[in-house]
Amino acid sequence: MSGDYFMNTNINITNSEYDDLISSKATKSSLLKNIIIAFIVGGLICCLGQFITDRALDFGIDKEVANTISCITLIFIGALLTALKLYSRIGKVAGAGSTIPITGFSNSVVSPAIEFKSEGFIFGIGANMFKVAGPVLVYGITSSVILGFVYYLIHYVF
Amino acid sequence: MTYLFVFITGGIICAIGQVLIDKTKITPARILSLFVTLGVILTFLGIYEPIVNFGKSGATVPISGFGYSLFKGTVKAIEEKGFIGIFTGGITATSGGIAAAIVFGFLASLFAKPSLK
Repeated sequence: MSGDYFMNTNINITNSEYDDLISSKATKSSLLKNIIIAFIVGGLICCLGQFITDRALDFGIDKEVANTISCITLIFIGALLTALKLYSRIGKVAGAGSTIPITGFSNSVVSPAIEFKSEGFIFGIGANMFKVAGPVLVYGITSSVILGFVYYLIHYVF
Repeated sequence: MTYLFVFITGGIICAIGQVLIDKTKITPARILSLFVTLGVILTFLGIYEPIVNFGKSGATVPISGFGYSLFKGTVKAIEEKGFIGIFTGGITATSGGIAAAIVFGFLASLFAKPSLK
C-alpha cells in the first residue's frame, strides 16, 4: 500500500508536500499505537476490577455488593494515583484506556478538586469537583429516568 | 479464561473511545458523558446485559457500565416499588461509587498540592 504510494509519487515533490506525506503516515501509525495502548491499559484495569470482585466473592459476599466493593476500590485507587500526580502521566500514554474505566471517572472528580483548591472550600473544591463528572451524572441519570419511564409504560401500563 | 474475556471486552470498549478521540473532535470529557448515556440506552435495549454476562468487569468497569448500573437499578426499583422506582432506582444502585468519588476527591484535595501550570 505505502509502496504503491511512493511509486506513484513524483520524485520531485515539494518540501510542503513531503511534510504532508510524512504527517499522514505518522498519524496513521500513532493512531494504531494509541488504540493498542488504550486496549491494553483499559483491559488491565478491568482485570484488576474483576480480581477485586472475585476476592470479595471468595469471602462469600453477595455478587452485587462485591461489584460495589470493586467499584469503590477502583475509585480509591484512581483518587490516590491522581493525588500522587501519577494518573495524568498514565493518561498521557494510555489515552482512553485510562479515561473510560471508572478510575478515569474518579480522576475527573479528584483532579479539579485538587487544582481549584486555592479558590476555597466552597467555590474551589466544592464547585469544581463535578466539572467533568457533573455532565456524566446529568446525562446518565436523565437518560435512565426517561428510559425507566418508557420501561414502566411498556411493562405496567400497556 | 474469565480474565481473557474481561480483558478483551474492557479493551475493546476503551479502544472504541480512543478511535472517537483521535478520529473526531470529541474531547475525553464528552466521551465520558456519551459512553454513560450509551450504557443506559444499550441496557434498555437489552444489548448490554449479554455483554456483561460475557465480559463481566470488562463491561462494568468502563463508564458505560455506570450507565448499565443506573438503568439496571431503575428496573429493579420499578419492579419492587412501582412508579417511584423510576426516580429512586438509578442513584440507589450507583450511590456507592458516587459517594466514594466525592469523599475521596475531597480528602485528596486536602492533602495533595495543585500542580504548577
